[in-house]
Amino acid sequence: MTMRRTAALVGNPNAGKSALFNALTGARQKIANYPGVTVERKAGRMTLPSGEPVELTDLPGSYSLHPTSPDEEVTRRVIMGELPGEDSPHVLVVVLDASNLEQHLVFAQEVIALGKPTVVALNMVDLAERDGLVIDPAALQAALGVPVIATVAVRRRGLSELAAAIAVAEERPDEHHRPFTDMAERRLTAHAIAEAAIVSETSRHRLHSKLDRLFLHPWLGPAVLFALLFIVFQAVFAGAKPFADALQGWVDVLTAGVRAAMPPSLARDLVTDGVLAGVGAVVVFLPQIVILFFFILALEASGYMARAAFLMDRMMAGVGLSGRSFIPLLSSFACAVPGIMATRSITDPKDRLTTILIAPMMTCSARLPVYAVIIAAFIPHRDVWHLGAVGIGLQGLVLFCLYVAGIVGAMVVALVLRASVTKGAASGFIMELPKYQMPRLKDLAIGLFQRAWIFLRRAGTIIFTVSVVLWLLLNFPRAEPGRDQVNASLAGHIANGLAVVVRPIGFNRDIALALIPAMAAREVAVSSLATTYAVASNDESETGHALAGQLQKHWSLATALAFLAWFVFAPQCMSTIAVTRRETNGWAWPAFMLAYLFGLAYVAAGITYWSAVALGLG
Amino acid sequence: MTLDLLPIGQRARIVAVDWPRLAQEEAQRLRALGIDVGARVAIAHRGVFAGRDPLAVTVGRMTVALRRMHAMAMEVESD
Repeated sequence: MTMRRTAALVGNPNAGKSALFNALTGARQKIANYPGVTVERKAGRMTLPSGEPVELTDLPGSYSLHPTSPDEEVTRRVIMGELPGEDSPHVLVVVLDASNLEQHLVFAQEVIALGKPTVVALNMVDLAERDGLVIDPAALQAALGVPVIATVAVRRRGLSELAAAIAVAEERPDEHHRPFTDMAERRLTAHAIAEAAIVSETSRHRLHSKLDRLFLHPWLGPAVLFALLFIVFQAVFAGAKPFADALQGWVDVLTAGVRAAMPPSLARDLVTDGVLAGVGAVVVFLPQIVILFFFILALEASGYMARAAFLMDRMMAGVGLSGRSFIPLLSSFACAVPGIMATRSITDPKDRLTTILIAPMMTCSARLPVYAVIIAAFIPHRDVWHLGAVGIGLQGLVLFCLYVAGIVGAMVVALVLRASVTKGAASGFIMELPKYQMPRLKDLAIGLFQRAWIFLRRAGTIIFTVSVVLWLLLNFPRAEPGRDQVNASLAGHIANGLAVVVRPIGFNRDIALALIPAMAAREVAVSSLATTYAVASNDESETGHALAGQLQKHWSLATALAFLAWFVFAPQCMSTIAVTRRETNGWAWPAFMLAYLFGLAYVAAGITYWSAVALGLG
Repeated sequence: MTLDLLPIGQRARIVAVDWPRLAQEEAQRLRALGIDVGARVAIAHRGVFAGRDPLAVTVGRMTVALRRMHAMAMEVESD
């Protein structure tokens, strides 16, 4: 086996490591998890001036080799070669933010003191110069005793010099471990080195504090935040629609194509009703996820995200969480899957677990079709009250209440969890507020592509499998000719059993049947109700009848309300369970989540149904 | 005076920190961010809601968000 050369980027968070990594490796990146932990391992291939490839990893940002978070733990163990299956990188590239030199030098000294081949990338020198800071790399190199290369990752400045330095880093004579220093000593040294290397220093980051004065303003700050959120939601829901419709159109064309190409058979039904319907129903959410992640990545890259966390921290602290949980929960309004993936930025493990467990209660976009159909069928289209010309509609009010019910439920559960299963010292909120920066399109594109790929891969594996299994359940054993297939199928039998359980909360067998395929994706409940009622009615004229009319005929208002209450809480989504399993590394927490959410859904639907019946709406 | 009482914009130096009051990991994180005895700090912003929590503290060329309970463990002297 040939010995592959390896190098790793290390540095404080916000040193511009990712931008440098993207610039050095291009789009040839591999994203995976480190074994046994949910810390992302980013690796790519860079090329030395000689043409020789080097595997470059982007280690999680760290403030010190004494870990205070899972991220820092991984960085430390990789550098020390203590992570099983992960060789210690041959060359360490310490990335420094030139405009925050003194702070970043503290960690740099700790890394350099290990005595491994090390190169320093003095990054973002252009931003430092914008802030009136001129640094002499030669002076820094003399003080640190390792090569220092000035770089501007986003403008590809200094990249070939950096590659050249990495190429020869291992040829330098072995250095002896330098004497161990403690944090206080390193800080003093950092101050002295920075002092000596800074050629001139004028105004302090003016733009940065000006923007903070607006974004962190006691009342303008929240106003800007909510305006931004409004834009993001508008874009996610409205902007994604044409793309989602186009995708749905392709799925339909594909389905029609398969129908035309294959003779009628079970195999054909498996492809169209099983695979294409199931996977298609999930893939149409890709535009929403891409748009949502575009905003999240852009806000993150600009430095604004940390300000949003700052503004929301006090409210989150009220339920035992911190500002860091805000963004993952916000993302969960589009879809809990990216939301749960975004919890990786939460340093405290118990905070993170709590956030994962409550994320499914944020009303995701897949619930919207279910809500919309039921509300349209059962809630009268009239205004509750008028404010001049503006009327507040009852239907909109019910929809709003469903969203609020999810949020309030999540907050209460967070409080309970923090006092029981995720009990621990109230987590603090300590977070660097990074400099504002213009997000770069190329970095956004790389990030978006990776997120979209993760989502599609899941659709191609887990959701594919679930769709096929559901189809098999619905189609076997075969019904005798002339008999109802649904009733004869395994799913029908399960639904009949399930109906006994859900009858007390006002659900009939049709609902029980719809709940089974809705496990794959919530909105499937709508299509399966439509199928059931379409199949059930033999009258030709009725088949074309709007679903709303069918529902009104078969359901009472109390049942409809209970159904809505059920969907506020029910963990009706396999992808969420799967991503929770991956992010918590085991089945224990997804099982817990499934159990408590079904419990909540049952109780909520039950209370709704019984109250409605008591009020004479049954 | 403790750091949480420092008026916005006024520069001060941390003269003592009651580390045992803080969780060990939080203490480590604060120190790693340069918030330690001897650091020159100022409060740039305060939160929105009750108690004006959290605080945005400038230290060197960096701004760090922390909670009031952390700031209460830090004794500062006006510069």
